Amino acid sequence: MQFGIFTVGDVTPDPTTGRTPTERERIKAMVAIALKAEEVGLDVFATGEHHNPPFVPSSPTTMLGYIAARTEKLILSTSTTLITTNDPVKIAEDFAMLQHLADGRVDLMMGRGNTGPVYPWFGKDIREGINLAVENYALLHRLWREDVVNWEGKFRTPLQGFTSTPRPLDGIAPFVWHGSIRSPEIAEQAAYYGDGFFHNNIFWPADHTKRMVELYRNRYAHYGHGTPEQAIVGLGGQVFMRKNSQDAVREFRPYFDVAPVYGHGPSLEDFTAQTPLTVGSPQQVIEKTLAFRDYAGDYQRQLFLMDHAGLPLKTVLEQLDLLGEEVVPVLREEFAKNRPANVPDAPTHASLLATARKEREDRQEGVRA
Amino acid sequence: MKLVVVSAGLSVPSATRLLADRLAAATADRAPAEVQVVELRDLAVEIAHTFTNGFPGRNLAAAFDAVAAADGLIAVTPVFSASYSGLFKSFFDALSVTDENALAGKPVLIGATGGTARHSLVLDHALRPLFAYLRAVVVPTGVYAASEDWGAEGLDGRIARAAAELATLSGGLSAAPEPAGKPADDAVEVVPFEERLAALRPAG
Repeated sequence: MQFGIFTVGDVTPDPTTGRTPTERERIKAMVAIALKAEEVGLDVFATGEHHNPPFVPSSPTTMLGYIAARTEKLILSTSTTLITTNDPVKIAEDFAMLQHLADGRVDLMMGRGNTGPVYPWFGKDIREGINLAVENYALLHRLWREDVVNWEGKFRTPLQGFTSTPRPLDGIAPFVWHGSIRSPEIAEQAAYYGDGFFHNNIFWPADHTKRMVELYRNRYAHYGHGTPEQAIVGLGGQVFMRKNSQDAVREFRPYFDVAPVYGHGPSLEDFTAQTPLTVGSPQQVIEKTLAFRDYAGDYQRQLFLMDHAGLPLKTVLEQLDLLGEEVVPVLREEFAKNRPANVPDAPTHASLLATARKEREDRQEGVRA
Repeated sequence: MKLVVVSAGLSVPSATRLLADRLAAATADRAPAEVQVVELRDLAVEIAHTFTNGFPGRNLAAAFDAVAAADGLIAVTPVFSASYSGLFKSFFDALSVTDENALAGKPVLIGATGGTARHSLVLDHALRPLFAYLRAVVVPTGVYAASEDWGAEGLDGRIARAAAELATLSGGLSAAPEPAGKPADDAVEVVPFEERLAALRPAG
């Protein structure tokens, strides 16, 4: 199972000091956080993509390429890549380039984006969001798998004799997750292709997550990719820890109370009771995270949101120490227990390459036989 | 039948609740009914938090389930600033965000209370369009009770007529068979992906 962090990339004033980091400080902090993730033994760093203030990460492959050069094991991913407003041709090129530079340590998560004005800024219509995701991804999927593509669709200029370069590393397309919170259409899309499905459950009660994941698992089996239990599921998580849970609550409350997403709304107590947010000791984080399996089944990727709401970099790095030293080792051990042998790990470049080689050898065996 | 009463009255006791109870009793007289009252005052904070959180709290979710499962709905609001109260509207906004089909085809009796009869058209200018938008079936008679109506003739008759309409309609619509192939309550409906792809393919 993979563990990692995902960042939204918000520039938010620290409510306890009133200080707002500069964009440069925030961007550099995101890099420092990614490097820390590798240092403490996490598997994945994923960055969001936004095209409006107060967010900085408009250019994910630029940032991930820089991080790739400074890390050795970390898988670089997105949370999410906007499949609606980006040109699928540019996504194919950018991420294939990143794959080569990062020696295959790349996957990505498709998302639609829910900020209304971003669509017209990129010449698109939010009412076509699902259709854009369907058509653009269908094209992207081909661009990584077919050397020469002739294509015509509804939303983009036709392509005649187009080859997306560089070709994916070793001829293996980056693994794709499809992220969605509310749209069954996206769970269906992920199932159709046999791709991963990421449910960013961090603001949602468990029963909602359960329904979406079940739909994806059943449709994954329907399309013949394996059993429902073998579908590739990722979940979000959101934690703030201190050794002593009272200290965690005291320190996090001022951030929670005015956080851009849930601030000025529910109480910290109500929100932690109803959603995956955990504010407490590492042991509490372990218990709550292990319980995700009760409603999502054995899953492949757990990403935590750690660096939002104006938390200072120093605090985030301390959080990552706790996550890497006290939480994730226990989670790895506990999630491995009673995990059926036929539940796969999340695909990586290495595993996809091994599968492709084996298939090629099997075919050659077949020819010789 | 299951009859759910949504009352947006704020004071205790409340004239809105009084009208809601009269409407519920008159309906239950005409058709055996299991009546459940949803007092929006008790849910006010959860209703507001639905907009900030994106999902309803536990008590509000239970109220939504009750409304969605009802054979008939009685919805009564005080008149605030020439319309339904903000709390009343917010309840139905939050409901439709959570389950956009919750009221589709559901018989609804609308009622309102106010200090003066001059606002009685609030039923037809505010409540009826709201429920039409939510695709509910609003019974022809709405009941408006101004302060003076509680001491005048006529309110009884209007309550009786509206209740009879709701009882008849609820029996009729709730007795109608479910459309074939309707999925179980919790199942998520999905369009097969090939159909979605095919719809985007250029013609010819």
